[in-house]
This record gives sequence, C-alpha cells and structure tokens, in this order.
Amino acid sequence: MSIILDHVNYVYGGDTALAVHALKDINLVIPDGQFIGLIGHTGSGKSTLVQHLNGLLKPTEGSIYYNGEDIHASDYDKKKLRSKVGLVFQYPEHQLFEIDVFSDVCFGPKNLGLSRKETELRAYAALKQVGLQDEYFYQSPFDLSGGQKRRVAIAGVLAMKPDVLILDEPTAGLDPRGRDEILDQIAKLKEETGITVILVSHSMEDVAKYVERIIVMNRGSVMYDGAPKEVFAHYRELEEVGLAAPQVTYIMRALRESGMPVAADATTIGEARDEILKALGKE
Amino acid sequence: MLRDITLGQYYQTDSVIHKLDPRVKLVATICFIVSLFVVKSWVGYVVAAVFLAVMIKLSNVPFKYMVKGMKAIVFILLITVVFNLFLTPGETLVSVWRLRITKEGLQLAVMMAVRLSFLIVGSSVMTLTTTPNSLTDGMEKLMKPLKIFKVPVHEVAMMMSIALRFIPILLEETDKIMKAQIARGADFESGNLVRKAKAMVPLLVPLFISAFRRANDLAMAMEARCYRGGEHRTKMKPLKYAARDRAAYGVLAAYFALCILIRIYL
Amino acid sequence: MGIIRTEKLVFEYIRRDEEGNVEGITRAVDEVDLDVKQGDFVAILGHNGSGKSTLAKHINAILYPTEGAVWVDGMDTQDESRLWDIRQEAGMVFQNPDNQIIGQVVEEDVGFGPENMGVPTEEIWARVEESLKAVGMYEYRKYSPNKLSGGQKQRVSIAGVIAMHPKCIILDEPTAMLDPNGRKEVVRAVRALNDVEGITIVLITHYMEEIIHANRVFVMDQGRIAMQGTPREIFSQVERLKELRLDVPQVTLLAYELKKSGVDLPDGILTAEELVRALTQVYHGQNDINVITDPGTEEPPRRDRSDVFGLGGNL
Repeated sequence: MSIILDHVNYVYGGDTALAVHALKDINLVIPDGQFIGLIGHTGSGKSTLVQHLNGLLKPTEGSIYYNGEDIHASDYDKKKLRSKVGLVFQYPEHQLFEIDVFSDVCFGPKNLGLSRKETELRAYAALKQVGLQDEYFYQSPFDLSGGQKRRVAIAGVLAMKPDVLILDEPTAGLDPRGRDEILDQIAKLKEETGITVILVSHSMEDVAKYVERIIVMNRGSVMYDGAPKEVFAHYRELEEVGLAAPQVTYIMRALRESGMPVAADATTIGEARDEILKALGKE
Repeated sequence: MLRDITLGQYYQTDSVIHKLDPRVKLVATICFIVSLFVVKSWVGYVVAAVFLAVMIKLSNVPFKYMVKGMKAIVFILLITVVFNLFLTPGETLVSVWRLRITKEGLQLAVMMAVRLSFLIVGSSVMTLTTTPNSLTDGMEKLMKPLKIFKVPVHEVAMMMSIALRFIPILLEETDKIMKAQIARGADFESGNLVRKAKAMVPLLVPLFISAFRRANDLAMAMEARCYRGGEHRTKMKPLKYAARDRAAYGVLAAYFALCILIRIYL
Repeated sequence: MGIIRTEKLVFEYIRRDEEGNVEGITRAVDEVDLDVKQGDFVAILGHNGSGKSTLAKHINAILYPTEGAVWVDGMDTQDESRLWDIRQEAGMVFQNPDNQIIGQVVEEDVGFGPENMGVPTEEIWARVEESLKAVGMYEYRKYSPNKLSGGQKQRVSIAGVIAMHPKCIILDEPTAMLDPNGRKEVVRAVRALNDVEGITIVLITHYMEEIIHANRVFVMDQGRIAMQGTPREIFSQVERLKELRLDVPQVTLLAYELKKSGVDLPDGILTAEELVRALTQVYHGQNDINVITDPGTEEPPRRDRSDVFGLGGNL
C-alpha cells in the first residue's frame, strides 16, 4: 500500500514558447502511515506535485501508481482514488457552499454514493476529528471564524475516509494560535487513525515539530528527501534557494562553533533546550 | 482549460495599427461594420475585403492567429448559413425531401457568411491591436458627449476596465474551486442537463461569494486611494490625436465614401 | 500632538439575523487611546478578531468611531470636508494583494491615486517613477499585475500609496497571505520607507518576527490595547503573549525555556546573536575560562547575513 511516482514530468503551456517545466523527473515512494512535510517556496512545484497524487493533473511523462495500480490506466476508477487520496487545497474554506456546516461535510461522502445514514455518520465523525463543537453543526459555514471554517473544509475531505491526507498550506493566513491548533489537530488525527499525512508548507519551523520525513522541492525537482535532521544539516544550501532551517538550527551551530559541547542537529525548541541544559550541566 | 480562450485577446507587437489612437480604431470598426451593410453588390464586398486585408497586413498580427480566434464562432456561422440556405423562398435549385435550396437562399447564405466573418475579423483587428485599457479609455472619451443625457460614461468605463482586470483572477479561481470540488468527488461532466446544472452549485456558490468579497475589498481599496468618480480626475495617459490618427481618419472617410458610391451606382 | 491620535475610540457594529432583526451589538474596538509621532514605526499585534483591522480602518476614515475620536495630522476623521485630505495623508495597504490593484499594468495602478487627486499628467509620471523605485519595482512597470508574485504585488500596492505622498502608511496585515520570501520583501520595503523617507508606519500583523524593528508595539485583544512597549519589553512577557493567542520568535522562546530551567539569561532576547552571546558567557563563566573581554570575538560567523541569521530566515 503506497504511492509511487516514477519519472514524473509535468509541462504546462503546451507547445508554445511559454511552456513551463513544472515538475522534472520526480521519483518518490510514499509508504503507508508516514507523516511527511513537503517544503518549497511559491513556484517550486509542490502544489503541482500534490495535484498529481490524486489524479487531478496528469503527468506529461512518467507514471503514478497507487497500491500498485497505474492511476492513469484507462479502466482505473479516478473517483475512488480521490476518496482514498484526500486533498485539502490552500484556503479550503473558499470551497464551502452549503447552507449549514453539516451538509457541507456530507458533500464528499454523498458523491461517493454512500447511503444517507453512512454519509451522516461519516460527516459527524469527521467534524469530531477536526475538533468542531456540536453547536456549530447547523450554522451557516459563512458565519464561522477563519479557523473554524478551515476545520469544516478539512472535515469535508476527511469524511471521505481517505487513506492519504494531503494538506496544501493548511495554516496560511491563520494567527499563531490558530496555526498551532490546526497542526496539533492534524498530528492527533495522524496518531489516532494512522493514515498517511502530507503537509505542504513553506515553513520549516512549522513542520519540523511534527513530521518524520521532509521532502524539499526546488524549481520542480526534489532537492532533499530525508529525516528533518538530515535535511536541516544542509541549511546553507537551503538558504541559497530561499528556504531556511528552523532558527534553533542556527543557534545550535553557532553555540558549537563558539565552543559549547552541544549536538548541532537539534531541530525543535525542546531538543535544543535539553542539549543546552546538558552542556551547562543543569540536567 | 478555461484560460485557453484567445478570441480577440491583445496581441503584443509593433505596428502602425497598434500605435493608432483607440478612438480612431473604435470609429473605424464601427464604420467598417456599417459599410458591410451598406454595400449590396459583389464589388462592394471585394472593396471591403481589400480594405480588411490591408488592415490585417498593417497590424502585423499573423493571420493564423486571427483564424484561431474564429474557431469559437464557427458554430454560429454554420447555423446562420443553414437557416438562410433552406428557409429563403424563391427559385428552387435543389430539392431534397422537404428541404429546398433556392437561388436567393444560396445568395443570401453566402452573403451572410461573408458579412459575419468580415465583421468578426474586423472587430478582432481592433481588439488584437488595442489593450483593453486603452480601449475603455477610448470609449470613455468618445462617449463623453452622452454625459449630457446623464449617462455615467466614466463609471461604465471604470467598471469595464475592472472587469477586465479580474477576469483572469476569477478564471483561475474557478479552476481552483472546480479542482477542490472534484477532489471531494464532485462530477461536472457526466449526467443529463439537469444533473449537470445541479452539479454547478458547488462551483457557483463559492465563486459568487468570492467575487462579492473581492468587489467589497476593491471598493474599499479604491476609496482609500481617494477615488470619488470621474470629477476632478486627471489622466496619467491622456489621449491625444497625432498626425497619423488624422491620416487614418482620412483613409477611413475615403473608404466609406467609396462604399456609398458603390451602393448608389452599382 | 502626534500624526495619528485616537481618544477613547469605540467602534460597535450591530449583528443582525437573517430577517434583519438586531441580534446584538459587538464592540470591535473598545476605548483605544493611541498616539503615534511623526516618523514612528509602530506595530499593532493581535490575533484574528482582536480588533486590530477595525482600528486601522478608522485611521483612513473608512470607518467612523461610534464614540471617541480619531485625528490624523490634526484633522478629525469625522469632519467630512477633510475626508480626501485624510485619505491622502494616511495611505492604506490591505491584506489581499489581488483585491487592491486596480490597474492592468503596474505603472497605471501606481498612477491611480494621483489621478484621483487631480495631479497634473507630467507630475503623475514623476511620482510613479519615484514610487516604483522606492519599492524596487521600477523594472516591472510595464508588467501585468497578474504576472507578479505576492510579495511583488504588495510592493506595487505600497508604491501606489507612496505616489499619493502620504505622511503615514497603515499596512493592514500586508504579509498574511505571502510566503516567507514575500514577507521579507515587503517588510524590507516598509523599513526602508521609514528609515529613508521618514514616513510614519503603522504595521498591523500577527507575525512576531516583523515587529522587531518597530519602536513601539501595541498588542490588542478583544478590542482593547492589552500590552504596549518596545519589542524587547513585549517579548520578555512570553506567558502573557501566549494568553493573547500570540507566540514569540523561536529564539525568544528558547531563551524563555532555558531561563525557566534555571539558566541565567537577560529578559526579552530578540536575536540569535544575543542568545548565543549570552549562552557562551554563561558557559565559559561556569568553566572559568575568561574570554568575554571583547564581544566582537564572540560574534557568530556569517555576520554579513545578519538579518537572515538573526531572524532565522523568517523575515
């Protein structure tokens, strides 16, 4: 059970001189149950890449396999794929349209042709998973706050019970608390259900705390792919392409260079604190 | 997908036609369209064709590019031809089952096809060589006299130019919302007309909401930048006639006069 | 009197249900007193819904106070005869870059404000040129705004405001929809306007890294000013900021965590250099090695990229 990308290339703008090579020879294996951060700045191809994973875009060259089957084979059921690989777009609250929250979340399962009962059960479960209180269920989605709307939109995808959940910049435009709440909720969801989660972001600091694997995209290619510590070790190269490792990475390097015996590969505040305390003999 | 529509979109190049004042091009386009209905003889159409061909040549826009834009209206053209061909009474040429093709019908069909395609190519010469912005500027200035009749000329022009600015943004947004709904299992393609219309709701509701939000934001941003209608406003790029524009008016007048003469004497 | 002043400013709006009946009244801004001096760089922080944007819209006379008053350069915003003077002097940049660009070409958009003010044609061109140069967007003057990145669009919006020759600029979450590179671009442009042109800046944001260079910070919560002070004073109160749904830069947070665990560090550390220097002092002090005579030797490497270094690339 996995997603495999085999030599995937994507060119848009077709035959004109304006053709853009958005993805260049992408080879990736995404096994079940991983928590992945997909990092890159605007225009690096990360959004294009995730739209390939659920078949919204078709590679110009190369193939994509989901559970061993080519998703662009003529007899492949794309609709089913989209329910298994759930994609939450950037600013997903812009896709809400129903008169109340609950009906909106029902939209996905209803499209799958499920019974009314099953649809409602799933919608209810999904809204619980994103931590929305019952009192909001029958309100218009447009009366909710920004963070709540976003939860509803995420629930709309969760209600299809995907095996893989992809979130494109789920924290864009939220305030710091709103951001932490959404990310914590996603981490909790990941822990409880064990589904694969791909978090698309341009912030290393946001994802470092949560993910086990980081894929860095730059100009349509995969630049780094590995555990956060391995990836952040290349902080100088990352900086050159306009990305930066978390601030703590820099601090730990500087401390080490000025003679403190700390491990320089700490990526989160907690790790950094423990390292420094150990060096100062306070532990 | 939706972004591929190229009918009459501005084509960037350098030419005499590009440099003309938008007012000249607007007036010329109107004159040309009127001339198509003034002339009734084949000689007249030849003159119009020559005039149009010269303009296309001068505009430096590849003819292929123009024809590509025509594809969108082939359907309308066909319907017109078919209707005229079969539904005009007169001297029967061919008769198949209950349909008759008459001599008059054939003549009319050809004439309509010529008129329609000239009309479209003629106006696309204008839109291909004029930025939407200068086009609205030209319209605003040409229609200024209508202000006496309380026509909100400036406001209409401003609305048009804002609409033009937001069309690409809204198209992109449509694309995005469509994809987002497809990702939630929506199906915009299959089913009969009623089902298809129903399937549009999840697309149209968010799109309208977004358009209203944008309109609201934009109005606020415009007010914050001291926008208060057309009064007291100066122009960054005011329209001024140059010698070439006067010459163009001369050519246009000559062409139009010729058309009228053809109508009277031939 | 400062360039922007509010006195007991209150703004209430009426919530209505679907039939238009009054459901209740929400107080979005609650007795706010603000005094901004000419040339200041003021930051207003607050979580979403704290009332900071509503406050900002009063300065540009888009909203009017329910109670209290707002003065811009001595003009009462409720004095309708001065409306256009106020809007010219207090320019405003909004959050969504797409929804505030009117022109279809960059230079035409920048000229929009001066056109509205009735500036003569030649002067419009001069102003457009100077404003686009001030934000580093002059080479893009012939571009369509749709072809620009988010950060570039926001810089064009800023240029559009500068072309009106304002005395102060209010930026209402100009970076909320941008990626880190775009945010850096915009903040850099704003700082330059303040430093070089001396334009008063009111920056509204919820990104803490952006306010480090402000000389005064106001934190809003539930329509009120909950905290105010220099960035250092604000950042030294980590607990209080967390209560207000905000966070602090990673450096400050790490310093705070270390202090909590008993490491002797000064309050309100803002940059990575400060933290590294303080920590090495503690460390070497413990190990009786006296090397802290010249702080220059303690500077971390790569000083030339100090902005990136200090802010961890987030600004």
